[in-house]
Amino acid sequence: MTLRLTIPIDAAALAVGAGQVASAISAAAARQKVAIEIVRTGSRGLYWLEPMIEVETPAGRVAYGPVAPHDAESLVAALRVDGGHKLRLGLTEEIPWLKRQTRLTFARCGIVDPRSLADYRAHDGGKGLERALSLGADALVEQVVQSGLRGRGGAGFPTGIKWRTVAQTTAEQKYIVCNADEGDSGTFADRMIMEGDPFVLIEGMAIAGIATGATKGYVYIRSEYPHAVAAMEAAILAARKGGLLGNRIGGSSFAFDMEVRVGAGAYVCGEETSLLDSLEGKRGQVRAKPPLPAHHGLFGRPTVINNVLSFASVPIILDKGAGFYRDFGMGRSRGTMPIQLAGNVKHGGLFETAFGVTLGELVDTIGAGTNSGRPVRAVQVGGPLGAYFPRALFDTPFDYEAFTARDGLIGHGGIVVFDDTVDMARQARFALEFCAIESCGKCTPCRIGSARGVEVVDRIIKNDNRAANIEVLTDLCNTMKFGSLCALGGFTPYPVMSALTHFPEDFGAQPRLQAAE
Amino acid sequence: MLHALQAEFGYIDEAAEPLIAEALNITRAEVHGVITFYHDFRRAPAGRHVLKLCRAEACQAAGGDPLAAHAQARLGVPMGTTAPDGSVTLEAVYCLGLCAVAPSAMLDGRVIGRLDQARLDGLLAETQQ
Repeated sequence: MTLRLTIPIDAAALAVGAGQVASAISAAAARQKVAIEIVRTGSRGLYWLEPMIEVETPAGRVAYGPVAPHDAESLVAALRVDGGHKLRLGLTEEIPWLKRQTRLTFARCGIVDPRSLADYRAHDGGKGLERALSLGADALVEQVVQSGLRGRGGAGFPTGIKWRTVAQTTAEQKYIVCNADEGDSGTFADRMIMEGDPFVLIEGMAIAGIATGATKGYVYIRSEYPHAVAAMEAAILAARKGGLLGNRIGGSSFAFDMEVRVGAGAYVCGEETSLLDSLEGKRGQVRAKPPLPAHHGLFGRPTVINNVLSFASVPIILDKGAGFYRDFGMGRSRGTMPIQLAGNVKHGGLFETAFGVTLGELVDTIGAGTNSGRPVRAVQVGGPLGAYFPRALFDTPFDYEAFTARDGLIGHGGIVVFDDTVDMARQARFALEFCAIESCGKCTPCRIGSARGVEVVDRIIKNDNRAANIEVLTDLCNTMKFGSLCALGGFTPYPVMSALTHFPEDFGAQPRLQAAE
Repeated sequence: MLHALQAEFGYIDEAAEPLIAEALNITRAEVHGVITFYHDFRRAPAGRHVLKLCRAEACQAAGGDPLAAHAQARLGVPMGTTAPDGSVTLEAVYCLGLCAVAPSAMLDGRVIGRLDQARLDGLLAETQQ
């Protein structure tokens, strides 16, 4: 009997040795004369257990991890008998961390072979497109509107409304653009989808094409993601062969094709209008809005531009219906959010769950605190432009509006955990420094404000006229927040001001107890 | 086109700018503007190896700062420059998307997670071969 094993080819799994583990297991199996078949999949997202391998059994897949190359001999030997091994984690689906998730967007990630369209279809892939074709463009846009899906890139704009705007705009050529310029530190969900289930993104974009009458799509992937670029390119070729892309997608009269475009290391290109300029071969400078990309987007044509996770959520919405998706979540945040736990966290990885879970639950229960074992002092939610939250705000539910109400944002769903050794004044300085490095230079508050901001924080740290400089910094942040063209300059004040507000002692303020006396 | 040039030659020579401008029927200033806008495009050849260390928040939280300092001290050059013997170019990168296995690095396109000083020393040794 041939043993069937799955080992991730996800970049983060490779970064911790999944490639060496796969070779070691092949070699060990050859030596022990055991017939095995290794399928390379995406990651399940339990990164502290990577490299995690799975073995098919009649009861389901059984996981082992974290596996090192030197475990290969004993592991193969164990698999020849009853599978008992010190690294055995039990049935993968029963691992509590995975079991308590609601995987809709990530339903197939880590399970299927990302290079096989047949495997994709065997796991319900393609059903969303089928349903979309039977509904027709108008009804399908309505489904997306009804589902309550909001832009998963960070802005949270209703996806269906965006699609409707493009559908209602007449033009000879329209475009679908996928923003895969996932530059936020602490985020990797887009990368996981592209490496682990690329066909779901292709299907989502093809559905957007049908909905809006666009026939051409682009995926703009950052150059820091070479594995995702390769996976998407291979998947697009396979999709063309398999009829998921081409002149008659899914056997219909609709035409849709797409290609990959690679960025060149500019964070600001994650902003949708600068991404469009970059796609056109220009400097990635932010455009003033209006006109909206929906009216005047890529090459001046009506364009749907959405994040990877937004497109990847569409197939299941159509397959199961808008109501199914909308029933998850809270308030105006409907459905599920793939949350990414990272930084100094014990159990880091991808945790997809309905909106509404609290920050404290995510960090303390699911993330299990810091990896260093020291107390959690701060978490940054939503990437480099997201606010730093102290423990006092850990009751905030994961919801667009709840975070906004506390001067923060959920952004792309990344949570970076810091222990008590963090110096928040340095983090504030870094936020401004990063903005200065990455500013596209078009608007003054961002271009000049960030550079002046670094100098002001330096003076505060040196205790040079501290009170007056804190006032200057606050004023500067206000100017940036309200005067910048895009989120880079406009949101950099979030990490800066949250650090200053919640951790004043790091900026030289007297500890609060003494100050009260 | 710029990606292809860099892949072929390792950097984009200033002498290529008028040629690109001519081919695309745009001004040389536009070409120059694009090349200098993006961090990826090099104006001069890199070292024989390129070591990128992630300097973004998730890696900072997981101990990336001392590792960056260590690499700079070992090579005796600051971030963004090439060691005098031309062996390696040390660069900061802002997120490789490996934040759950932080701190992370990339050596000549190969990704490395859970970086510690011993692993970093191993990578630096590789660049000296």
